[in-house]
Amino acid sequence: MSTIYILWLRQIKKYFRQRSRIVGALGQPLLFLLAFGFGFGAVFRQAGQGDYMQYLGPGIIMMSVLFTAVFTGIDLIWDRQFGFLKETMVAPVPRWQIMLGKTLGGATVACLQGLIVFILTLIIGFRFTSLLMLPLAALFVILVAIIFTSLGVAIASRIEDMHGFQLIMNFLVMPIFFLSGALFPLQGLPPVMEWVVKVDPLTYGIDGLRGALINSSTFGLTTDLLVMVIMAVVLLGIGSYLFERIKS
Amino acid sequence: MVSDNHAIIDVEGLVKNFNGFTAVDSISFKVQKGEIFAFLGPNGAGKSTTIKILTTLLEPTSGTITVNGKRPDKQKDAVRKSFGIVFQDPSLDDDLTAMENMRYHAILYKIPGTVREERIKELLTFVELWDRRNSLVKTYSGGMKRRLEIARGLLHHPQVLFLDEPTLGLDPQTRNHIWSYIKDINLKEGMTVFFTTHYMDEAEKIAERVAIIDHGKIVSTGSAADLIERTNTTSLEEAFIALTGSAIREEEVGTLDQMRARSRMWRRRR
Repeated sequence: MSTIYILWLRQIKKYFRQRSRIVGALGQPLLFLLAFGFGFGAVFRQAGQGDYMQYLGPGIIMMSVLFTAVFTGIDLIWDRQFGFLKETMVAPVPRWQIMLGKTLGGATVACLQGLIVFILTLIIGFRFTSLLMLPLAALFVILVAIIFTSLGVAIASRIEDMHGFQLIMNFLVMPIFFLSGALFPLQGLPPVMEWVVKVDPLTYGIDGLRGALINSSTFGLTTDLLVMVIMAVVLLGIGSYLFERIKS
Repeated sequence: MVSDNHAIIDVEGLVKNFNGFTAVDSISFKVQKGEIFAFLGPNGAGKSTTIKILTTLLEPTSGTITVNGKRPDKQKDAVRKSFGIVFQDPSLDDDLTAMENMRYHAILYKIPGTVREERIKELLTFVELWDRRNSLVKTYSGGMKRRLEIARGLLHHPQVLFLDEPTLGLDPQTRNHIWSYIKDINLKEGMTVFFTTHYMDEAEKIAERVAIIDHGKIVSTGSAADLIERTNTTSLEEAFIALTGSAIREEEVGTLDQMRARSRMWRRRR
């Protein structure tokens, strides 16, 4: 327990010490909210889909959670580069505890970032339906954070350098975001596209968050929650499997 | 073979292959409890590979090794508890303070809270960093970082301290300082010290026994005086060159090393 705690604490401390990173990570969601939210708002309304800002809000919250979470992988590569990982790897502690501590730390940071973006959306004009549903919304954010932090750690366990990780960001994480229904409704998509959207785990996280925040879910909250919990368990498993075999 | 009771490190026929390349070619040696032992060799001779195997970071291809009576390839956690290590590359978290780096280590090694703070204070005072304990490590000089790493390596009272080129890139004053800490603790606690270095004068002065490894094989072991006598030379450096030849060795650079070099450049530019 204490091992998991100290690894978690380290992630949190480093997050609060890198103010520039916090601010930098807010720029992108803000840009998306302004450009897409106000830019496409009129078109969205004319198409009879209602208020686009309401639709977009949960998507952008999850976007920042996704990117912050996967970024934990870069922390891991960094640790390996600067040798700190070795210090942890020769300690008499099970590797799965190291992975779990790091993942929970990264996920907590991602949730904090999501919370800040949530407040940002409220300022811009996003309104949620019910206070009572906020805990459920938080649960979806936590699950998405755990899933994608595990993914980041899993990838970083196999990739040694930053360039490789950047490549993964472009060819895996960007598609995960753009094909998740974060920006557009899932109805009336071409069949191939619909299939792709349905295998993207983030789709269910965003759908669940929309269900919790604005009472509008395509798959139903039970399905969303089930998919998220299963994905979280599977990815934590894959993450610790790959982390155990890391070469330092 | 019956292992010697006094040998805290016992290596028998250790072999390590990397995809057909033999980095360590059936080496055997013993280090006695309480001894200061230098492991010397040109670049790429197999020193770091051997240290990685002894410290559970790499699996041997074959051979029997024991560290403090336990096998690094089988009883990893028991071995990990028994040694401290100062790596060749820095291994501190620059974004944490000295105190936080020490606490992180203490918790990973399950040092109970009651003695933790006391021991951290004792060791940071010992390496003369107590006054700077709350500064972020990135504000430290190279010598201060090394001293902190040594304090950290000693925190869980290890039986053996591994030092992989601990004085690389440090000025003579800092080097002297660091060796005086290490000799001090070796005398007081009877702690075994296993180190590598390229500074032959250090090895000659500090080590009670040295082993010279070249092309993955041990070419000679004994005290510095033995080696000098055997090669009919006047210093360990001359003996070293007599034993390993004067050709310059090319070390293959791994992707990680390349990346470290790159990131160091990048850091400097910042």
